[in-house]
Amino acid sequence: MSETSKDQYYVPHLAKWPIVGTVGMTVTFVGATLAMNSQTSTTPWVMYAGIAIILTMFFGWFSEVIKESEDNLYNKQVDGSFRMGMIWFIFSEVMFFAAFFGALFYARTLSIPWLGGEGTGLATNEVLWNGFEGVWPSNGPGELNGRFEIIDPYHLPLVNTLLLIASSVTITIAHHALRAGNRSQTIFWLIATVILGAVFIFFQAEEYVLAYQEFNLKLSSGIYGSTFFMLTGFHGVHVTLGAIMISIITIRVIKGHFKPESHFGFEAVAWYWHFVDVVWLGLFIFVYIL
Amino acid sequence: MSHDITHNEIGHDHHDHKPKGFVKRWLMTTNHKDIGTLYLVFALAMFILGGAMAMVIRLELFQPGLQFIEPHFFNQMTTMHALVMIFGAVMPAFVGLANWMIPLMIGAPDMALPRMNNWSFWILPFAFTMLLATFFMDGGAPAGGWTMYPPLVLQGGHNVGFLVFAVHMMGISSIMGAINVIATIMNMRAPNVGYLNMPLFVWTWLITAFLLIAVMPVLAGAVTMVLTDRYFATSFFNAAGGGDPVLFQHLFWFFGHPEVYIMILPAFGIVSEIIPTFARKPLFGYVSMVYATAAIAFLSFIVWAHHMFSVGMPLGGELYFMYATMMIAVPTGVKIFNWVATMWKGSMTFETPMLWSLAFVVLFSIGGFSGVMMALAPVDLQYHDTYFIVAHFHYVLVTGAVYGIIAGVYYWLPKWSGHMYSERLGKIHFWWSTISVNVLFFPQHFLGLAGMPRRIPDYSTQFAEFNMMSSIGGFAFGLAQVFFVYIVWKTVRGGEKATDQVWDDAKGLEWTVPSPAPYHTFEEFGPVDLDKMAHGKIH
Ligand code: HEM
Ligand SMILES: [Cu+2]
Repeated sequence: MSETSKDQYYVPHLAKWPIVGTVGMTVTFVGATLAMNSQTSTTPWVMYAGIAIILTMFFGWFSEVIKESEDNLYNKQVDGSFRMGMIWFIFSEVMFFAAFFGALFYARTLSIPWLGGEGTGLATNEVLWNGFEGVWPSNGPGELNGRFEIIDPYHLPLVNTLLLIASSVTITIAHHALRAGNRSQTIFWLIATVILGAVFIFFQAEEYVLAYQEFNLKLSSGIYGSTFFMLTGFHGVHVTLGAIMISIITIRVIKGHFKPESHFGFEAVAWYWHFVDVVWLGLFIFVYIL
Repeated sequence: MSHDITHNEIGHDHHDHKPKGFVKRWLMTTNHKDIGTLYLVFALAMFILGGAMAMVIRLELFQPGLQFIEPHFFNQMTTMHALVMIFGAVMPAFVGLANWMIPLMIGAPDMALPRMNNWSFWILPFAFTMLLATFFMDGGAPAGGWTMYPPLVLQGGHNVGFLVFAVHMMGISSIMGAINVIATIMNMRAPNVGYLNMPLFVWTWLITAFLLIAVMPVLAGAVTMVLTDRYFATSFFNAAGGGDPVLFQHLFWFFGHPEVYIMILPAFGIVSEIIPTFARKPLFGYVSMVYATAAIAFLSFIVWAHHMFSVGMPLGGELYFMYATMMIAVPTGVKIFNWVATMWKGSMTFETPMLWSLAFVVLFSIGGFSGVMMALAPVDLQYHDTYFIVAHFHYVLVTGAVYGIIAGVYYWLPKWSGHMYSERLGKIHFWWSTISVNVLFFPQHFLGLAGMPRRIPDYSTQFAEFNMMSSIGGFAFGLAQVFFVYIVWKTVRGGEKATDQVWDDAKGLEWTVPSPAPYHTFEEFGPVDLDKMAHGKIH
């Protein structure tokens, strides 16, 4: 065998983190289900424990990978595998969001009009939901959770759109700075990105408070509430994860990780951030404006 | 400088130094062969467990009336049988074969992302433990059918959360497995192996992996909606809130139809390896096979509502899904034609893997034909939710997917274990299975045409004879698979030494490495001998 590490595809031996991750995942899910099934509202400690195990796993696993990367064990080909892994992971996330967008489009173009008597829904409307008009936004013929108002797209959501677009720009500037070998610039623009992301999340939380307290728009507000909160909620979770990821690569840049010509960890996070941004544009158009 | 501890460890860990101790060897493994073995053993265990549930179903259906079990338990059996067989047996078996064979077939040292490979496997036993534990809870296991349609599934009581999360875990496992397959195939081929040199098993898995990544997240989204409808008062599937239960069916079948191809494409790949070997001729129409596979995969995304002809779709929808579905028969026909043409004037021999492959071609085609019958929207109104459907999907899944897997196991077992299985026992297993599987499933066509509904524990006395026949076939088939476990066990433990080449004229890089395949293969990344590959020099 060759003695220089770069000739060989690095195959790690004895992975301990995957099994930890599996245990964490199982504990989380069992804990969540026990809590949901319980008649009294209790704090889901088991689930929190599971989440803690998962976080430990990610921390340990990535530390191991980062160490190997900084020790120069990876060659171009390993880098290629990581790239493909990230690209296809993002693709799977796109399809996950597609399911919820699909639900939104289905409700808006099919189920609500049908309930309102359009097409073959005439008899349903006459007999079951007489008087229901199929217009969007709607919490359905049962008017679940009562009257509600919707968020005006041109206030907070517009600001949030600008914030996220700006953050996509700042992370790109950071990337260029890294490639030019300018670390202080990189750090500056990364921190700017994290701040933009954090403000976005703050505003999003603000919007939820507003929706619940002022507009009576809740998760239980029929199909509108369901699609609104599930889409923006999952997106918010992704922004949060993305912001954490960017914070971590910021720390890594400060520690002197990455090279101008090879910095896959950075790029992966940037791709993820752009993906989250694009999903938001979809949300802004289809959930808020239209 | 780079001589740190990790590096030296690799240096010493080389060649056949397997990690010692159960935990290190199996729980912490990153070796594609060990992980492949884990997948295959898990799949076999689930196959037997799911089979046991099927035996319970056939026992109750042996005679009209309720003899042995409660209707509610019957429903748990049909639901869990399907979930265990699909997500626990067939899919993991294919991933196991992919793990073992893809690196060997393309000259790669391992899978591209070995740690993640470990993770994708170990999620599965945990997911199934969680799912199966619902049997022992109040209200029992999920009983609303493997398709999990609301509103019925929402009445599952305490098991709904476990069901949904188990499906999430299986999905995460499948997606990571698929990402690994794609990264391996696209990034780890030996430098001189181009895409159109790849064996068909590798090609079909590449396309399958793409399907998996595209549809498993949609299933995850759909069951997440079930979860929030059940526990958090959303209205995705509640008409009073403006949702629609039929929305779930659209989402589910957008996953579900590609899913059936996920379960058959790798089997297409396996028989495309086996038939040329035993016909001693190159595969007929290699490139057209690749295109046909891609076409099937593409079409599988645009036909999903043929599972929903009877829910009440607009007429345009019925017509579109009818014609689109029938188009799938075209690329499928290309494949069948090519397999037959490969055998044409070949010098054929009929070793066990070949027998299973031939049965695959014939019996899978029967399932394909009944599929085309059901694709006709007006007649499907009669077939839908009857035993005709049950007959259809068991012909494609048992005599299709499972036969493909068994054929592959006989074909490659000598390479894995270093021992030849007993040809006599293999042939007994084959004939025993193939006769009984037809006794089991063929009468179900007649039952369905006569109107016997599926998923019901009792039936009208007019259906008694065919059901008894079917049950007898079922018990015989079940027993045959216990025999299979014995054959595999015996082969792994000992037997005639296998040569490296194993089969006379078999082409493929897997036959260039020793039998049993050493722990590490193709470690030095470099060109391979294209003459050894079936499609190495086709240009
Ligand atoms: C020419 C190819 C095929 C056609 C035209 C076809 C058509 C259909 C149709 C129309 C149905 C719905 C019938 C109903 O519920 O009323 C169906 C059900 C089904 N098919 Fe196929 N099919 C084909 C191949 C396959 C393959 C290759 C597989 C799996 C390997 C498969 C697995 C299934 C399953 C599992 C169901 C039943 C799902 C359920 O309701 O539980 N089919 N098929
Ligand atoms: Cu289908």
